[in-house]
Amino acid sequence: MTKCATRPATAPGAHWLPRTLLALTGMLLSTVALANPEHPTQWQLNLTRGVSPLSHDVWDLHMAVFYVCIGIGVVVYGAMIYAMLKFRKSKGAEAAKFTHNTKIEVIWTIIPVLILIGLAWPATRILVYENNTSNSVLTVKVTGVQWKWAYDYIDYEGQPINNVSFISMLATDSNDARQMDSGISPWSIKSRHGVDDYLLNVNKPLVVPTHTKIQFLITAADVIHGFWVPALGWQADAIPGQIHDAWGELDKPGTYRGQCAQLCGQDHAYMPIVIRALPRAEFRQWLAAQENKSRMQDVSRTAQIVAAPGDAPQG
Amino acid sequence: MSTDAATHHDDAHHDDVPKGFVHRWLFATNHKDIGTMYLVLALVMFFVGGSMAMVIRAELFEPGLQLVQPYFFNELTTLHGLIMIFGAIMPAFVGLANWQIPLMVGAPDMALPRMNNLSFWLLPFAFLLILSTLFMPGGAVAGGWVMYPPLILQTGESLAFTIFAIHLMGISSIMGAINIIATILNLRAPGMDLLKMPLFVWTWLITAFLLIAIMPVLAGAMTMLLTDKYFGTNFFNAAGGGDVLLYEHIFWFFGHPEVYVMILPAFGIISEVIPTFARKPIFGYKPMVYATASIAFLSFIVWAHHMFTVGLPVGAQLFFMYATMLISVPTGVKVFNWVATMWKGSMTFETPMLFAVAFVILFTIGGFSGLMLGLVPADYQYHNSYFVVAHFHYVLVSGAAFGIMTGVYYWLPKWSGHMYSERWGRIHFWLSVISVNVLFFPMHFLGLAGMPRRIPDYNVAFADWNMVSSIGGFVFGASQLIFVGNIIYTVYFAKSKVPARVWDGARGLEWELPSPPPHHSYSTPPEILPGMLAHGDITH
Repeated sequence: MTKCATRPATAPGAHWLPRTLLALTGMLLSTVALANPEHPTQWQLNLTRGVSPLSHDVWDLHMAVFYVCIGIGVVVYGAMIYAMLKFRKSKGAEAAKFTHNTKIEVIWTIIPVLILIGLAWPATRILVYENNTSNSVLTVKVTGVQWKWAYDYIDYEGQPINNVSFISMLATDSNDARQMDSGISPWSIKSRHGVDDYLLNVNKPLVVPTHTKIQFLITAADVIHGFWVPALGWQADAIPGQIHDAWGELDKPGTYRGQCAQLCGQDHAYMPIVIRALPRAEFRQWLAAQENKSRMQDVSRTAQIVAAPGDAPQG
Repeated sequence: MSTDAATHHDDAHHDDVPKGFVHRWLFATNHKDIGTMYLVLALVMFFVGGSMAMVIRAELFEPGLQLVQPYFFNELTTLHGLIMIFGAIMPAFVGLANWQIPLMVGAPDMALPRMNNLSFWLLPFAFLLILSTLFMPGGAVAGGWVMYPPLILQTGESLAFTIFAIHLMGISSIMGAINIIATILNLRAPGMDLLKMPLFVWTWLITAFLLIAIMPVLAGAMTMLLTDKYFGTNFFNAAGGGDVLLYEHIFWFFGHPEVYVMILPAFGIISEVIPTFARKPIFGYKPMVYATASIAFLSFIVWAHHMFTVGLPVGAQLFFMYATMLISVPTGVKVFNWVATMWKGSMTFETPMLFAVAFVILFTIGGFSGLMLGLVPADYQYHNSYFVVAHFHYVLVSGAAFGIMTGVYYWLPKWSGHMYSERWGRIHFWLSVISVNVLFFPMHFLGLAGMPRRIPDYNVAFADWNMVSSIGGFVFGASQLIFVGNIIYTVYFAKSKVPARVWDGARGLEWELPSPPPHHSYSTPPEILPGMLAHGDITH
């Protein structure tokens, strides 16, 4: 005690433990809280919360089940560690003879069932909410093709959209850098805003309005692909011959990045998904410009994409 | 019939070991020899599949493509999965069953020794075949071990060879399972009632029924792939009126029980080892049996939780979510019973116990992530990400593989008559248990951050945890050499002899036989005396 008292209060030795713990907790919390919804960050530990009520629900469920696991873990591992420290032969522990205890066995069967009901309840509610695509404002058809995504805008605010379709594929700078022995460092690939977008950038992103319920009609032209943008709060398999109906919303303007999630061949790692969310007014302008452009554009290319994405040149 | 007579009978055949490689091994019908061959094959395949994992981790050490082209990377992930599942984990469990089940139930051998020979000898050829596809034009299958069409149908000619190899493995598994069921149901010593059997025997009995139920389903799925590719059928071709999802349903109807095929025998091993080293009978023997049976039953009605993201109707997703969550109840019972077995025991921590304790802790982590994955809305985020990779490696490496290592350390002294090196066993354990967590725990973070599985290259944001994981992987891989070294040392170089009851807390018929047991044991059924069995008193 006296030795400690002679030290200045701020000496590193005095309160190092609480300080370190505080710093570590701070780091952990900041990583958890600041998981960027737009793109992954270095040393990221947790799921993004996304930027819509739906993704927030998913995140809340994820955290709830995580805390439940932590709770059960503390009890089970606590009991195990206590037993391993206390009931050692080297400490003279004598083995008891009991082989069962009906009361405790009933308890540890019932309590997990109650916990599961507690988890199933919100999970059911969110699942039903998540699968209800009615009243969407914008409809986009998403087609996975080896190894790019084709987007067709179907309708917006009840009006059909004319010929706004395009193919979105890995950006050229990433594509150059990804080749073996390219000599280009993946760290040198950055967006205009300085985001490390190696393998997470495309030539032409999917543009959507913010604060809008967007219906995605997801399918594939050749093999199964997986449409996954974590900020939306879900992924959906793109399956040939099937239309997978899902909806999402992005309530903050930004560039949201994701990837094909289902193994789809040699370039599976190289078909990112980038969604740019624009404020509604800007989106309307963008959409009008696209419709204009497609009217004037060579129609044959668009027709080719819409009619048979599978015939598009493979890259 | 007296024990003296039985012993005398055994002695008479003590040296009745066939001479020469062909007679001893190729024509083997002895359960101990066949068990040894299964275990050696599993160990070899563990290293073959492991070297593939090392290349995968080396490529993923940093972003950018350094070592292998993407297509070859996909071949590696696919073969790594197939070889570890069908070549390492399953044969290891069958090897342990071959060695232990006759010893534990007091049977002279497996019930069908010649079929036993065939079911083993199909396997080396199956794996030679599947490995040879690496060198075929177009390369090996590269669509993941699940082999989803239409992607898998883009494979070159190696697909036919792979499917044939999988058929061979399936036939081998079915025959092995039939043999195990026949042995357990027919060759138990008098007094060895079903509810007095060791839990390892129980878990294998249930596993064998799972195998018989699911392997033909896999064979069906594989054959449909084959006819789709070569004979113009359209089972899975949407353009021809087929259904891609049909394959996923059939495959996972096999695939989910298969998961339990790979973990139930490990549950059995852990249920043998913990009571031995806690010097206390297993807590809740009957609940353990019923929990195993419940898990096996539930495993047939949860398959679509592997398909939550395919767009099933909401009602179907809810059913499969509830059924999946239900599995955690009997699984929880098992974990609680193991902890309760340790409670108020008199524990020592030899290598098998260390691995068993690590199994309980780490398997439970895999169980937690499994519960998380079971919640559909959360699964929409975890699915096909590294979170899933973390989950199933926790249950299969620190679960199934650690369970096998537990069993090997536990019974190797019985089989060989010599004690393994405890010091090197501990070194192997500590290196493995630390590195396996460095290897797989960061994968949770990667998956949550958005890294999909089965990619050879990734955004730089994923670089740090991937490097940590790779370092863990290299250490884990290297640590397994210690395991092999320890086994070789025990079998060929160890001098010390071990007694019949190798572990003072061990109960069960196998510990009544000398170490090593005679080549032909229990030629006449043993007389079970009070106190010999771990569960249930023979006097009742």
